[in-house]
Amino acid sequence: MKILSIVDTAYRATLEEQDDTILWLNHALRNNGAEVSILLSGNAVNYAVRGQDAAGLAFGDRRVAHPPRLDEDLARLIAAKVAVFAVEEDIRERALPADSLVAGIEKLSRAGIPEAIERFDQVWRW
Amino acid sequence: MARFVFVESRDPYECADCARFLDLVGGVRRRSHEVTLFLVQNAVLAAREGASHAGGYSDLARAGVAVVADAFALRERAVDRLASGIEPSGIDRLVSLALTPQTRVIWH
Amino acid sequence: MTIGKNLTVAIMDPPYESATTATALRIIDAALRQAQVVTVFAYEGAVSMTMKAQQPHANPVKGTTVEQEEHPTTKDWIAGLFALARQTGAKLDWINCGLCVDERGAGETIDGPRRGSPKDFFEAVKLSDGVIVIPTH
Repeated sequence: MKILSIVDTAYRATLEEQDDTILWLNHALRNNGAEVSILLSGNAVNYAVRGQDAAGLAFGDRRVAHPPRLDEDLARLIAAKVAVFAVEEDIRERALPADSLVAGIEKLSRAGIPEAIERFDQVWRW
Repeated sequence: MARFVFVESRDPYECADCARFLDLVGGVRRRSHEVTLFLVQNAVLAAREGASHAGGYSDLARAGVAVVADAFALRERAVDRLASGIEPSGIDRLVSLALTPQTRVIWH
Repeated sequence: MTIGKNLTVAIMDPPYESATTATALRIIDAALRQAQVVTVFAYEGAVSMTMKAQQPHANPVKGTTVEQEEHPTTKDWIAGLFALARQTGAKLDWINCGLCVDERGAGETIDGPRRGSPKDFFEAVKLSDGVIVIPTH
C-alpha cells in the first residue's frame, strides 16, 4: 500500500512538541513498515529551509531543552528512504532560497499533483 | 479509472487555499476519474444560490464532479436554496463512498 | 449493514474547539450502522474527547441550571457510540495515541477506548476497506 501524506500546516505546536507531529507520525509509520511519501505544500514547504533556529526559549526558569529541528527531521526521513516532495509554486511564492533547501527534496508542480496522487493507494491530508 | 472523494470542510471566504483545493478536484476529474466533492461544515456557506464563490462548485458539477452538500450542515446554516449542480445528502453517503473499494478520501 | 466492511477514521481536533468534532462523531455514528468494524485513531488533541473528568455545566447567560442545560460532553457522545456498536453488532475500536495522552494528562477515560500508537493505526489501515483522515488546522 503506497501512502502519500500531504502536510500543509506549519509550525503548529512544534515548540511544545519539539517536533512537527505529522512528520513524526509519518516517520513512525515508516518505522512500522508503511510505504509512505510526503508532499510538503503551503507553508509547510518552509520546513525544507536549512538553518531554522528555535533555540533559546524559556518560560520563567523552564528552558525548552530540545527545540525542533524540522529541516533535520526531513533529512532523516529522506535518509530513511521516504520520498519527500514539495510544491514548486509554494517554494517560489515564499522565495525560499534554492541553495538553502534540504538535499533530496523533489519539487512537484501544482499541475502535476493530480497525476502524482494516482500512484498512491491512500492520500491523507494532515 | 479510480475513485476519489474530496471532502471540503473550509470555506473560500476564510481560507486562502480553498481555490487550490478545487483546482485539484478539477484536475483529478480531467484525468477521467470518478470524483465526488463532499461539502461539510462551513464549506456549505459557498453553496448557497447566489453566493459569490458558488461558481467554483457549480463549475465542477458541470465538469462531471458529483458535488454533494451535507444536509445537516445546510440546515444548521439555513441554506435553503443551492447553487446549480449541488445536491444535498446525509453524512451516511460519505461513509458509503469511503467504503467503496479503491476509493481515496482526501479531506481539506 | 454492509457485511464485513472495515473503516478507519483518524481525528486530531480537541473537543470544544472546532466544527470537526461533531462531524467526525457523525461519521463514526453513520459508519457503525454500515460497517462491521470501525477503528478510530485519536491523535493529538482528539485524545481529550474521551476524558472521564469532563463535566457538564450550567449556563449563566441563558439562566439554566446544570440539569436544565444538559450540556453535552464528548465523552458521553462517545459512550453513546459504544452503545450503538453493541446494538448494531459492529466493533468500535477507539485508540487514543498514547504519547498524546501522556502529554495532555488525558489518561483517565471512559470505558471503551484503549491506548495505542501509530503502529495500531497502520495495522487498522491495512485491514480497512476505507480510511478517512480528518486533518486539523
